[in-house]
Amino acid sequence: MTFGTMLATMGEGMLNTIGIFFLTLLGSLPLGVGIMLLRTSKNKVVSSITKSFIAIIRGTPLMLQLLVWYFGPFYLFDWSIRGWRFPGLIIGFVVNYACYFAEIYRGGIESMSVGQYEAAEVLGYSKSQTFFRIIMPQVFKRILPSITNEVITLVKDTSLAYTLAYSEVFSIAKQISASQTSFMPFVIAGVFYFIANYIVAFGMERIEKALKYYN
Amino acid sequence: MVLEMKNIQKSFDGQGVLKDISLAVDHGEVVSIIGPSGSGKSTLLRCATFLETIDGGNITYMDTTAASTDEGGKVSYLPKEGMKTVKEYFGLVFQQFNLFPHFSVLKNIMDAPVKVHGRNAEEVKAEAMELLKTMGLEEKAEAYPCQLSGGQQQRVAIARALAMKPEILFFDEPTSALDPELTIEVLKIIRKLAEEHMTMVIVTHEMSFARAVSNRVIFMDGGVIVEQGDPEEVFGNPKQERTQRFLKSYEQ
Repeated sequence: MTFGTMLATMGEGMLNTIGIFFLTLLGSLPLGVGIMLLRTSKNKVVSSITKSFIAIIRGTPLMLQLLVWYFGPFYLFDWSIRGWRFPGLIIGFVVNYACYFAEIYRGGIESMSVGQYEAAEVLGYSKSQTFFRIIMPQVFKRILPSITNEVITLVKDTSLAYTLAYSEVFSIAKQISASQTSFMPFVIAGVFYFIANYIVAFGMERIEKALKYYN
Repeated sequence: MVLEMKNIQKSFDGQGVLKDISLAVDHGEVVSIIGPSGSGKSTLLRCATFLETIDGGNITYMDTTAASTDEGGKVSYLPKEGMKTVKEYFGLVFQQFNLFPHFSVLKNIMDAPVKVHGRNAEEVKAEAMELLKTMGLEEKAEAYPCQLSGGQQQRVAIARALAMKPEILFFDEPTSALDPELTIEVLKIIRKLAEEHMTMVIVTHEMSFARAVSNRVIFMDGGVIVEQGDPEEVFGNPKQERTQRFLKSYEQ
């Protein structure tokens, strides 16, 4: 197998990896807001259930969670899991990352001074105006470095889809490596992840710079 | 009366902070509240601005009673819509300014009139620029709060409060977070407002300022009004022993 064919074969895996990456962000960034709201709910039952759920998600390996999401329906309900591979995979990633994001959001919101809320209240802003106009933009800036960390981790975590035999870069690299007895596929995969993260870091840095106009 | 607070009770964890305090402020009046730390001055302002809920008493703005206590001692506030109207009667200037750091100076002043009152942005902008001129901060319109000194930030905060056209403006120790030379520029602005007969209640530790600027001085201690009256009377000839002791502590 030439280097060219190798690259071409892995190209499809790269697209799949990129697919997992964007779908996970698309699902988990907003879902994190929902989980954060449940976590900070005034209802003690709701908040403690959410807290336990976050603890489980953060306390167990993502690889294990992916297996549970994929095989769970079969073992628990005896459902057919045909065609469930990709949805199960994405749900696993989204839920896992949403829990991390929820905790980052919560930390950011709790770091806001009471004075900001009070100033907004006295000026007559509604609760949602206060949140969306005053609090959220500032929280966004504060949590950006933590979000960057998570996004970079996600790029590398996409390789865990290998557990469910989903053909992303890493799975394909492993297959080709075995069949061709070549180390090259792993080098290509490594370079791919590195470049992907370089782009992520570059993009996030640009956003951080754009928000430098205030403290 | 712009504001009438009657028999206000407030305690934190069973500790009485306001014990049956009554305060009425008339149009154009400038009232200074002085007293030692923990005397309840700030809590009184926070109750008046609904940042704290009272445990007993009545609060009335203009002719609208916002909070009242029934015979059983149960406090009830107006429903949301009613409170919204009442909140338009007052503004509050904080010790820590509490400007919105992500908004420019101009936007800090303009945002609430436009987004809360739904007013025309061009019109509000003209007024905001006028206010900045009064504050001597015209050239800072596009700056961000972090680029300003504390005194400048506090002047923007005053402009922000005035842009809402309140009937009464509260100041909660407006210069306590400022260096002496910055304190002066903020006090100058408040004095100017007093000359224009803006109704104001000022909690302050600046005794000579309180004496010069106010129509009435209230001395609070231990959650009660110990003494109040004409500033010359209270400062020049305090009747109560506690007032005398407090004022003496400021002479050194």
